[in-house]
Amino acid sequence: MNKRKNTRAALAAVLGLSMAALLGTAGSAMGADAIKIGEINHYKRMAAFAEPYKKGIELALSEINEAGGVIGQPLEFIYRDDQGKPGEAIKIAEELVNREGVAMITGSILSNVGLALSSFAAEKKVIYLAAEPLADGLVWEKGNDYTFRLRSSTYMQASMLAEEAAKSDAVKYATIAPNYAYGKDAVAAFKKALLALKPDVEFVTEQWPGVFKIDAGAEVQALERAKPDAIYNVTFGSDVAKFVREGTTRGLFDGRDVYGLLTGEPEYLEPMEDEAPEGWTVTGFPWYDFEEGANKVFVDAYQAKFEESPKLGSLVGYMTVQSIAAAISRAESVDTEKLRQAFLGLEVDTPVGQIIYREQDHQSTMGAFVGKTTVRDGEGVMVDWVYKDGANYLPSDEEVAKLRPASQ
Amino acid sequence: MGLFIAQLLTGLANAATLFLVASGLSLIFGVTRIVNFAHGSFYMLGAFIGYSLMQVLPGAIGFWASVLLTGVLVGLIGVIVEVLVLRPVYKAPELFQLVATFGVILVIQDLALMVWGAEDLLGPRAPGLKGVVRIMDEPIPLYDLALIAITPFVLFALWYLIARTRVGVLVRAATQDREMVAALGVNQSWLFTGVFFLGAALAGLGGAIQLPKGGADLLMDFNILAAIFVVVVIGGMGSLPGAYIAAVLISVLNVFGVTYLPQSTLVLMYIVMAIVLTVRPYGLLGREEVVGEHGQVGEPERPIKPASTKARVLVGILLLCLFALPLAGSHFLLILTTDIIIFCLFAASLHFLLGLGGLVSFGHAAYFGGGAYVAGLLVVHVNAPMELAFVLAPLGAGLAAFIIGWLCLRLTGVYFAMLTLALAQLLWSLVFQWDEFTGGDDGLVDIWPAEWLSQANSYFYFTVVVGVGGILLLRHVAHSPFGYALRASRDSQRQAEATGINTKRVQWMAFTLAGTLAGVAGALFIFSKGSVFPNELEITKSFDGLIVVFLGGVKTLSGGVVGAASLELVKDYLTRLEYWRLALGLLIIVVVVLAPHGIVGSLRKLRERLSGRAEDDVSTVTSSATATANLQSPESER
Repeated sequence: MNKRKNTRAALAAVLGLSMAALLGTAGSAMGADAIKIGEINHYKRMAAFAEPYKKGIELALSEINEAGGVIGQPLEFIYRDDQGKPGEAIKIAEELVNREGVAMITGSILSNVGLALSSFAAEKKVIYLAAEPLADGLVWEKGNDYTFRLRSSTYMQASMLAEEAAKSDAVKYATIAPNYAYGKDAVAAFKKALLALKPDVEFVTEQWPGVFKIDAGAEVQALERAKPDAIYNVTFGSDVAKFVREGTTRGLFDGRDVYGLLTGEPEYLEPMEDEAPEGWTVTGFPWYDFEEGANKVFVDAYQAKFEESPKLGSLVGYMTVQSIAAAISRAESVDTEKLRQAFLGLEVDTPVGQIIYREQDHQSTMGAFVGKTTVRDGEGVMVDWVYKDGANYLPSDEEVAKLRPASQ
Repeated sequence: MGLFIAQLLTGLANAATLFLVASGLSLIFGVTRIVNFAHGSFYMLGAFIGYSLMQVLPGAIGFWASVLLTGVLVGLIGVIVEVLVLRPVYKAPELFQLVATFGVILVIQDLALMVWGAEDLLGPRAPGLKGVVRIMDEPIPLYDLALIAITPFVLFALWYLIARTRVGVLVRAATQDREMVAALGVNQSWLFTGVFFLGAALAGLGGAIQLPKGGADLLMDFNILAAIFVVVVIGGMGSLPGAYIAAVLISVLNVFGVTYLPQSTLVLMYIVMAIVLTVRPYGLLGREEVVGEHGQVGEPERPIKPASTKARVLVGILLLCLFALPLAGSHFLLILTTDIIIFCLFAASLHFLLGLGGLVSFGHAAYFGGGAYVAGLLVVHVNAPMELAFVLAPLGAGLAAFIIGWLCLRLTGVYFAMLTLALAQLLWSLVFQWDEFTGGDDGLVDIWPAEWLSQANSYFYFTVVVGVGGILLLRHVAHSPFGYALRASRDSQRQAEATGINTKRVQWMAFTLAGTLAGVAGALFIFSKGSVFPNELEITKSFDGLIVVFLGGVKTLSGGVVGAASLELVKDYLTRLEYWRLALGLLIIVVVVLAPHGIVGSLRKLRERLSGRAEDDVSTVTSSATATANLQSPESER
């Protein structure tokens, strides 16, 4: 019994020590008069997306602070992990606002956390810049005075692909999308845009695999069975890699047009390496082909600082900081009401060009790169791409007015 | 016809991984009675390790050698986990070990992130098996055929090991009666370690063998967990052929579901499980559980007694402190405390069911989230005032518990737990998928409290009154005749029946009461956050509840509350760290190893030891408990 107790104590001691070592690494130095911004994200649960995003933020912060900060003060981000739970994100937001005194909050990749933070922002009168979440509801049905969104939304990117699809002869379409809000929005937006451009299009099947739980073989068989002319893919992450592999092996994509929402983003294309799909029309981020201009400057700076290639998330992180800095500069203050006014119609010069935070729905006009996928030197890349300005893919002002709640 | 055959083959190929991983889980449970939550983590490790090995070992031989080697390596990791983490806690109350395995999950998640990075890895393809063959004109990947061929061999090898070898005899004997095996001189601990090795190795094999059809990513551990539990339960806990049949059944049905009912992908397996358990309560090839006939594992629970004056004064002071908290001036402190009280009430309601009722529910989040959703739906759809929504929310949750309880209570033990899980998942997928009504994954937002409660202070007081009130109510019920009847039903159903207690009805009422109070917690939650999303009724939320109840001490009256409060506080601090999952996981393991009776239970023991067991009534209880424990378990530590 004693021996057993000793081992147990020893084990506990070892574990305890390693805990202590971990705790020792906590804590960070805080600037004296820095303007604090609360950044809430799922750093661990969505590490593949959150890490490049955070690096983009860090790059922009170091550039801005080296140039003297904004309105004479350094800018500082406080990063907090919400475990991917909306309820947790709200708690952290409360703390950041009330204890840390942040000027505004930003963050979240998941749409549901974004929506929770947006509702919080409206209730507590805090500015929330939704950088990554794609849900259309954030700026429309559930939009509010205090929430702004940077990234081009599901609707915008789906419309860009629909525009390309309308140019082809394909009539019978099949869709495959993850079985949750984002996938459903993406399919609905694509259908609406494509049918508006080409009314004779027919949707022959819709597949709805569980997100990150795709049964790729079965999905491919089901799609093949419907004999579509073209396929619209919304799956992403590990799902799209499995789908591409099974589909290629079973010849699903032979002789068919395929449109992939986000599929061209390095986050998803890179892991597929030489098995990346050939000839899909996708939205993405072809950082490898920039030859000049602000895009190139950003990519070079990023690679110099982190010694790795940027992802789309890196760009979004970078532009998040740029947007916030621009808003504070314009407001010449961190007062919430002044900031809010500053965000309305705010113009920001970013690597992809100038974007504007629209007054009518708080959506930025950040666009997306649309091109075709191919394999080059064993890597999946986008070719023949163009940058499409988001301003051209948003609904008319009347439509927006109908979508936004009456309070506007 | 060609398509039908092709679909069948796809299903059979998919069953391979599922069977390998599930059979490991089934073996581990069968022998050690440990519900190994970390099994998905072994699977994930198998994928990552297999990937790394395949990068260095070339060719077809290298590929298959990597798969086998991965099995061995993951098996060894399983051994490390068993020896370091689980062995110290075998004597703890039944199911306590799942807390330890939960700690292991967190540790492995962060370690995998450190070693392999965040990016998804696409699995290498099997050399020589990259193409397709055409069967009745349908393309079938060669690797699918390989998987279909391999699985029966694994099944046969396992069956031979279990049915025909001496090791197998011991394993089967241990599955049926561990104490008897020990009494016959078999070294149980090495038998357990061996089974853990085998189980983990199978999970690792499963992870490696699926690489050509998928890859390795950091979300796979949780993604497979529910599916393998379903397979094990449908097949019958501990039955390998059962696991195979169930894996094939689920996989094949899934393939046809994808084709003919594309929206069904989330719910199908839970529906199958619910149907199977309704028709065959112990799974397809499972037998009625034999555990429990020897009484509970570990020492029996002490009779509860009303709190001593000292304890009452202490709680009173604590309450006063709570009421004085707004004076401290920290707004965030109020928010944090509100969160903690809500979680405490949720944990207390689960503890009531688990500790006093002996009813292990794996789906308790259904009533918490259910309550929140009832309130949210009322506000969003009929514009109900907050007060009305708040009153109706617990009733809705209670109604759900009333119905689910009626369905589940026909089963006992782990099967009961699994059916509660299945039905909770059904509720979850209903909420997740029914966009127009529930908002789906985008949830319900903008649900804030009424004007008179909108200030942080007022909502805080409201939470204290309702939350603490709920906890005290549960405690009061524990001391009421109903509480006595409930414990009697838990400890000895036959004797309880003989004294005229309708045990099923008592348990049913307890289930409903626990669900109702979880609904109160859910209603408090939604108005404090202003929104609710399906994750509040997902498995992970149920697990959070289970963890804290066990961590606090399932055999103590205050365990749930203490566990919930401590974990929430610790989490609030730890999540500020870079590798908080590692830190939290290690902390949980340390606590589990040091305090195998839960925080409250172990503190009580410590106090008794320090006071030399001087306190009059305690010593008699302890000595009689020790005597019983000695009778039950020859290896008892005392």
